[in-house]
Amino acid sequence: MKVLGIETSCDETAAAVVADGTTILSNVITSQVDIHARYGGIVPEVASRQHLLTILPVLKQAMMEAGVAFGDLQGVAVTIGPGLPGSLLVGVNLAKAIVLAHNLPLIGVNHLEAHVYANWLERSEPPLFPNLCLIVSGGHTDLVLMEGHGQFKKLGQTRDDAAGEAFDKGARLLGLGYPGGPIIEKTAKKGVASLPLPRAWLKDSDDFSFSGLKTALLHLVREKETVNFSIADAAASFQQAIVDVLVTKTVDAAKRLQVKQLLLSGGVIANRALCQHFVNSSPVPVLFPPPRLCTDNAAMVASCGYYHFKLGEISSHDFDVIPSLRLGV
Amino acid sequence: MESLKLISHSPEETQHLGAILGKLARTGDVFLLVGNLGAGKTCLTQGIARGLEVKEYAFSPSFVILREYSGRLSLYHIDFYRLDHIEEIVDLGLDEYFYGNGVCVVEWAEKGLQILPPENLLITLDYISDIERGLHLEAKGKRYSELLEKLAVSIKSGFGSKQR
Repeated sequence: MKVLGIETSCDETAAAVVADGTTILSNVITSQVDIHARYGGIVPEVASRQHLLTILPVLKQAMMEAGVAFGDLQGVAVTIGPGLPGSLLVGVNLAKAIVLAHNLPLIGVNHLEAHVYANWLERSEPPLFPNLCLIVSGGHTDLVLMEGHGQFKKLGQTRDDAAGEAFDKGARLLGLGYPGGPIIEKTAKKGVASLPLPRAWLKDSDDFSFSGLKTALLHLVREKETVNFSIADAAASFQQAIVDVLVTKTVDAAKRLQVKQLLLSGGVIANRALCQHFVNSSPVPVLFPPPRLCTDNAAMVASCGYYHFKLGEISSHDFDVIPSLRLGV
Repeated sequence: MESLKLISHSPEETQHLGAILGKLARTGDVFLLVGNLGAGKTCLTQGIARGLEVKEYAFSPSFVILREYSGRLSLYHIDFYRLDHIEEIVDLGLDEYFYGNGVCVVEWAEKGLQILPPENLLITLDYISDIERGLHLEAKGKRYSELLEKLAVSIKSGFGSKQR
């Protein structure tokens, strides 16, 4: 069964065709398409207009690479939230047009849940239930118990900054540039985690907090003239503080809930040093997607949509976008 | 009252000030926050959310740009941190929020002053020390002058920080 996935919730305009929720036939995101040449002008990095300009070329390429026509599809899955209303609408309106024109079922998908389903893609054995999902990206840090397809219980989330945002802002404070995650990871390799930075454990809660760590780094940078340290050591110490909190709290929850597996997802999981820490500390197998499936993409949306289709969960054609959608209750 | 200068001595005090603002907030209010990383913008917003009786944590919208919360009134927490061109901000089509029926809090507002509502409460936060932050509140328009006066009265009767 072939499902077309469409994703426009944040920065990436993406379309993908996935067979049976697991096999990627195509997976196209904006940055792979030569949009600049096509439109000649400036393409804003963050804007609904960018999705409007790029969605059709991205869709065409995804269909072409998969070697399918609309008649070969059995469903269309699209992200309905969370995200910016204007951006989400571009994808949702396109999906509605396709299903109306070709009489296909439409499946509205939660972007955060789709990240989890990146773990179902291109894997010989599907993940087991119950599992514990950690979704870490620029906008989200969610710890969720997954008991079956589409069954999620929210355990914790960040109370202030998301982990990916902490990496980004930490890099900016250290004058390292953008994107923060990869730069901190690279710089940290040259340093030693020797500086005392705080870890917010928030005992008796599965919530996270990274704002205090950011402020402590700011204080350290401001005192740099009196306390001598290298930027590499600061990057290593900062990364270690984030890793310690993410790994310790997640592994504690995995032990407490006696889950079968730990599923990592989201852009921050592209940091392989972080994944290795999870593997070293977890009592249960740790699953994580390859880096290209950690960041936003439409293959994960198609996979998530496929499993909801199997549950008989088809969306009606009049559904709206849900900008503040959460995952789990 | 056109402006008010305060010093907060802790994140809790910043949140408390936010909570008073949230309690006094009305439909259509726009609060613009200006200040560097770690100045306490999100911290202040969390207080505003509490004052608006939002049940969940208002966490940073830096990456997603906008988060909505429902409380006594809707809270639209907006953040221009990642936006570097005014065109990008215009493209977002946020007018329905600014002139809608909730309360808007905008972090990194200095990046979009040209397109933000001219009547607003502008709050500038400054790093003073590890725990202290300076807050400069400026009223733009009659509604916000009145709001500042009410805020000053509330502070005198309880807020821990001294006026500068």
